[in-house]
Amino acid sequence: MPLKAPRKQSVSMGRGARKRDEDSGTEVGEGADEWTQSKATVRPPDQLDLTDAELKEEFTRILTANNPHAPQNIVRYSFKEGTYKPIGFVNQLAVHFSQVGNLIPKDSDEGRRQHYRDEMVAGPQESARVVLSDAGNLDEDEEPKEPAIEAESQIDMAIAEVAEKVAEEELMTHKQPKDRKLTNQFNFSDRASQTLNHPLRDRECQMEPPPRTNFSATANQWEIYDAYVEELKKQEKIKEKEKTKTPVAKKTGKLAMRKLTSMESQSDDITKVSQAAKIVERMVNQNTYDDVAQDFKYYEDAADEYRDQEGTLLPLWKFQNDKAKRLAVTALCWNSKYNDLFAVGHGSYDFMKQSRGMLLLYSLKNPSFPEYIFSSDSGIMCLDIHVDHPYLVVVGHYDGNVAVYNLKKPHSQPSFRSSAKSGKHTDPVWQVKWQKDDMDHNLNFFSVSSDGRIVSWTLVKSELVHTDVIKLKVEGSTTEVSEGLELHTVGCGTAFDFHKEIDYMFLVGTEEGKIYKVKQHRPHQLLIGPLGPEHLGSLKYLTNPVLTDLSAHQFCKASWCSKSYSSQFLDTYDAHNMAVDAVTWNPYHTKVFMSCSSDWTVKIWDHTIKTPMFIYDLNSAVGDVSWAPYSSTVFAAVTTDGKAHVFDLAINKYEAICNQPVVAKKKNKITHVQFNPIYPIIIVGDDRGHITCLKLSPNLRKMPKEKKGQEVQKGPAVEITKLDKLLNLVREVKTKT
Amino acid sequence: MGETEGKKDEADYKRLQTFPLVRHSDMPEEMRVETMELCVTACEKFSNNNESAAKMIKETMDKKFGSSWHVVIGEGFGFEITHEVKNLLYLYFGGTLAVCVWKCS
Repeated sequence: MPLKAPRKQSVSMGRGARKRDEDSGTEVGEGADEWTQSKATVRPPDQLDLTDAELKEEFTRILTANNPHAPQNIVRYSFKEGTYKPIGFVNQLAVHFSQVGNLIPKDSDEGRRQHYRDEMVAGPQESARVVLSDAGNLDEDEEPKEPAIEAESQIDMAIAEVAEKVAEEELMTHKQPKDRKLTNQFNFSDRASQTLNHPLRDRECQMEPPPRTNFSATANQWEIYDAYVEELKKQEKIKEKEKTKTPVAKKTGKLAMRKLTSMESQSDDITKVSQAAKIVERMVNQNTYDDVAQDFKYYEDAADEYRDQEGTLLPLWKFQNDKAKRLAVTALCWNSKYNDLFAVGHGSYDFMKQSRGMLLLYSLKNPSFPEYIFSSDSGIMCLDIHVDHPYLVVVGHYDGNVAVYNLKKPHSQPSFRSSAKSGKHTDPVWQVKWQKDDMDHNLNFFSVSSDGRIVSWTLVKSELVHTDVIKLKVEGSTTEVSEGLELHTVGCGTAFDFHKEIDYMFLVGTEEGKIYKVKQHRPHQLLIGPLGPEHLGSLKYLTNPVLTDLSAHQFCKASWCSKSYSSQFLDTYDAHNMAVDAVTWNPYHTKVFMSCSSDWTVKIWDHTIKTPMFIYDLNSAVGDVSWAPYSSTVFAAVTTDGKAHVFDLAINKYEAICNQPVVAKKKNKITHVQFNPIYPIIIVGDDRGHITCLKLSPNLRKMPKEKKGQEVQKGPAVEITKLDKLLNLVREVKTKT
Repeated sequence: MGETEGKKDEADYKRLQTFPLVRHSDMPEEMRVETMELCVTACEKFSNNNESAAKMIKETMDKKFGSSWHVVIGEGFGFEITHEVKNLLYLYFGGTLAVCVWKCS
């Protein structure tokens, strides 16, 4: 059966071909996937890991055309010989791949048959429809394809058929004249195939449409006219407003600060809100500091009854502000009208580190934030609040300027300010003090500075007018005061205080430690000079007509006193070894004053006697002293070691009855102290910018005990006698020695 | 008295002729100012042809702020329109004209 083997093969080949068709279909799919995926080398799990040497080893192979899998021991039964015989010839052919092309050679049987059919279909329809006929062939191609494959096995049959067909074809071709030109120069025609069509899908989205609204109106001539007329009126009004505003601004600029208050009422509605906000702020603070407020009002240290004489200071509020951090408190002053309001000057006592200055006004009702804030380029060294006009604050700067702030003005600039042209000091201003209004009812104040000048400043309209009252001279000997002119060194004033009753007499403390008692001749006092200085106080307010009557005197006096002579030194006290920090008259006793200095001492004087009445050594530089407003014998002093000392001479004339550190850290130096004029409290300021409010315990403000059946006398007279008693003791001792 | 006042008013009114008076607008400030200027320019350029002025405004607005703007210019008309918010300007100009510019696609 020699036919068997080929048949088997042909069957297998047929299957293979089909399989491959299927494969190719799947391959297309896989291929489509492949290009979307990234390529990664895939290794079989059992792959050997070879060394380089092994990899380089050469294996020699001889390739032959023999199929290694082909059997070599096939035996077949030979009927002829009646035995099994081995077959020598074995088919070495192995088909690995076969593909049916889509092009058919025209000369092949298939091609020719196809062509023949074309001719048949096209028939008389001419050759113009070549394309169509080609397309038609596609369907018919399938038919001969399968038979063609099968035909391979039936070669003999096929050959016979082909021979017939060729014969037929030749006949047909002869019948149809070949006038059609070949469009395909390569002599091939296409076999059709269809690729995979991707399915289509729709996708939609919609965005929210932009929002719309309706609008409607009617335009006509009268409406347009009305609108324009209305607009015109509006514009006119605005113009009028502007017109009225500008002249107001100009006027206020020209007028003195009193008129400026009208501007305040004109400001916008924010003021109303601010008023409400302020009330709420106060309420909140009252809530937070309720315990402190209760202490301030009601707490009396019960332990005082068991102490003999000594008293304590109870810390109440602490005031500080971020803006004034690291700025020393250089001045403190209570407001004369509002007993809860006080002013704090911030600057620096460290003369290597001078920076800006701040003027803050705090109220006890709001310890958390200042009521007013003013800042300046130069540090503030001193300040004073006017007694009759509690909204006027005068400050002295480190750079020698003096300035007057008006709390009624909304802006933060001073209302008055000295300048280099208007006679400012050339050195730091150490003290400023308001004076009583002068004859023309102009406000005026005095200032003292290290440059040795004491200057009287008068507020005239919008400017500051200065008058040098005196120039301090350092005398060779303190007695030869009248010869001051011949001496050259300038004395550096650091503090001064006016006598409570004799306006023209004041004390000046200097850096050298001396205190001068100075008599000042004001112009109107000069001309009535012949009456003697003792009478001047009562005659001070003589009016101008009187002055003109006395012009003769005036002339004679004027020739006798030039301006620089208008003041004279009455006395000099060799008070301290170092700079005098403060000098202050007793509020009750007109003869007594007190001074303190960095030489650790506080001294109490009778201005008629050249030696001190009392001397207290406090073991540290004394920054400030202050008389109590309620007693002639009580005063407080603060030292740089952080302690406050309260004395009552009536109780103990040798030692302080209270001696208490009042700042948190010992390194904080206390710089100033002030008694509240009404309440039994003091405020102390330190060099870190903190202000502490302290309450005096009952022992510190003890009044003379009531005796039965005797009315307790009160008033200044009592206070004066009280102090006089003490002084007499000392005076006696002094006269004895 | 009344006459003089009337005359005075008239004089004032004439003085205002070049002044555009915005009656209603929800445009942003910048856009409004630009549109106002454009309206003034167009109305002055085509003072006797409202149609051309409207066309000019519309085309310029389309270029500047995207398409589908509508413009109405006239001495007397009523309207109710739907517009995209922030895209409406209704103004009087020159004492006699009303201009309505809006956008709606």
